[in-house]
Amino acid sequence: MGNGWRSVSWMYEVAKLFYPLSLRERVRVNLVRRCMIMDLTLFQQHSDTRWEIAPHGKMRVPAVIYADEPLIRDMDNKVYEQICNVATLPGIVQAAYAMPDAHWGYGFPIGGVAAFDPDHGGVISAGGVGFDISCGVRTLHTGLRRSDIMARQKDLADELFRSVPAGLGSTGGIRLNHQQMDAMLSGGAQWAVQQGYGTPEDLQRVEEHGCMAHAKPAEVSDRAKQRQREEMGTLGSGNHYLEVQHVREIFDARIAEVYGLHEGDVVISIHCGSRGLGHQIGTEFLKEMAISAAQHGIELPDRELACAPINSEIGQRYLGAMRAGINCALANRQIITHLTREAFARIIPSAQLNLFYDVSHNTCKVETHAVQGVKQPLFIHRKGATRAYGPGHPDIPVPLRAVGQPVLIGGSMGTGSYVLAGTTQSETQAFSSACHGAGRAMSRHQATRQWQGRQLVDELAEHGIMIRSPSLRGVAEEAPGAYKDVSAVVDAADKAGLARKVARLEPLIVIKG
Amino acid sequence: MAQAEYWEHFAHGADIGVRGIAATETGAFVQAAVALTAVITNPESVAATLAVSVHCEAPDHELLFAEWLNALIYEMATRNMLFSRFELRLDATSLDATLWGEPIDVPRHTPVVEVKGATYTELQVVQQADGKWLAQCVVDV
Repeated sequence: MGNGWRSVSWMYEVAKLFYPLSLRERVRVNLVRRCMIMDLTLFQQHSDTRWEIAPHGKMRVPAVIYADEPLIRDMDNKVYEQICNVATLPGIVQAAYAMPDAHWGYGFPIGGVAAFDPDHGGVISAGGVGFDISCGVRTLHTGLRRSDIMARQKDLADELFRSVPAGLGSTGGIRLNHQQMDAMLSGGAQWAVQQGYGTPEDLQRVEEHGCMAHAKPAEVSDRAKQRQREEMGTLGSGNHYLEVQHVREIFDARIAEVYGLHEGDVVISIHCGSRGLGHQIGTEFLKEMAISAAQHGIELPDRELACAPINSEIGQRYLGAMRAGINCALANRQIITHLTREAFARIIPSAQLNLFYDVSHNTCKVETHAVQGVKQPLFIHRKGATRAYGPGHPDIPVPLRAVGQPVLIGGSMGTGSYVLAGTTQSETQAFSSACHGAGRAMSRHQATRQWQGRQLVDELAEHGIMIRSPSLRGVAEEAPGAYKDVSAVVDAADKAGLARKVARLEPLIVIKG
Repeated sequence: MAQAEYWEHFAHGADIGVRGIAATETGAFVQAAVALTAVITNPESVAATLAVSVHCEAPDHELLFAEWLNALIYEMATRNMLFSRFELRLDATSLDATLWGEPIDVPRHTPVVEVKGATYTELQVVQQADGKWLAQCVVDV
């Protein structure tokens, strides 16, 4: 554990409750970890937080992992293998990057960032975006203080759980016909606002102003659309959540003031993505790209790294479908925002739920970046990584522009989340990218062997955190101790200059699927 | 005595692996399908009352295995059903199957997690040294 964790003493006490390992289990976990631990002799260490792998084999560029020594030592060696594989892909520019929360993913490591130049054979990878296209975090101000909600905490938890569909088997209240589905896939959150789910002001605080341009609903299969029919406005399951949080600590008062965050403020964070539609797009194009790679002269080191030239027919079809998937995620988070506002209005009518910011962390977007001093458009894949534009970037909403883009980092349900700000140096570090979350420290199986869902719910309740979920086993799989120390991840991102630490949020209510 | 055919899960950092072992390749596909249901709920809690047919195609049996699991995931998602009994026929590049199950009953099945898709990570369809078939991959949850 890092010093950041120890400094948060009450959370350390909570964590100790969640580690009731038998000696036998502890030995087993340590043995597994020992086999997977990263070999640091494979790297050239350039600073406390920058670890570079020189090109070797078929690598076209170096690979860089940003992490402090304890984090990188604890990383699965699959991260090394996967980030080296990414560096072999055609048209990759500068380097393949992994963020401090990197862990074993699918083709790309989760926490992977890579840029491709279409004019030099650059590729687009379905695996480099992920199954949950445009999964992301949206945070809302409430205008309330912690003391304003504690008397109604239970009522609020119950009302939010009733109002926001969560978990497998739940369906949304919105059914879209074919035309409406295509309009949603073209318009994203802008479409949702036009339908009455939110306000035009919300859109100013969403990446791409709530609508990803050049989406092509016609490239989204009927099966993908069918899978989405009952899922608009649903949270999903796994690590997706809706949390009512309070601002526990401010690290940068100047930026926090601009962001409108003060100690004791209540905020709401929503973590979810493009639901079944995005999953189906990812599934279908992964197969198609894996089969067609050889036709494009692409030698895949791992089939999961399936990709196609950006300028190919399939590459263009995927781009159109993936952008429609981004719009689906933006519309989904917008609708959930609306449902959350309605639920709050029923319990605490004085609440004013204004959108702070919405970021996606599974995307491929065309952005302009400087490479060896020359600005050029690049296709930036971020798989489990957050865009982190520095101060002054024109794509940041005007009221926030002077201090950098908000970077919203989800933690586990017991340990809290963070708000960071993009930095100027992040542009040269990793194409203005930062981490996205804590990352799992152990498998779901290990988690269910160590924790009981009921016990976790009760223990978190004793610490003032109310959990609502349809599945106690699901709660156990998402136990706080199953995740890495998010504070260590965020500290490493801050130290590496990827993003600046602004505030820490702790949950009061957690709705999980 | 070792079981003739069975399923199991294996660890993957953020997600979970499903594995079927059986005397035949078809049997291994069936066992892996049970393992997929077990990611979500206890397969024994799912009544095999409604039948659904699926057809998949892929150029090799590893991709076909991923397609098979993805077909199950699709039917679960669009029909709001869970499945516990499977019959399938395999040939070189396609698969036809019948799935039996029932609509999800959240209080009874208490579904743990939704499966997003079958991945190509740890994807294997092989006949092992002992003659048994193994079919496995990691699923994204």
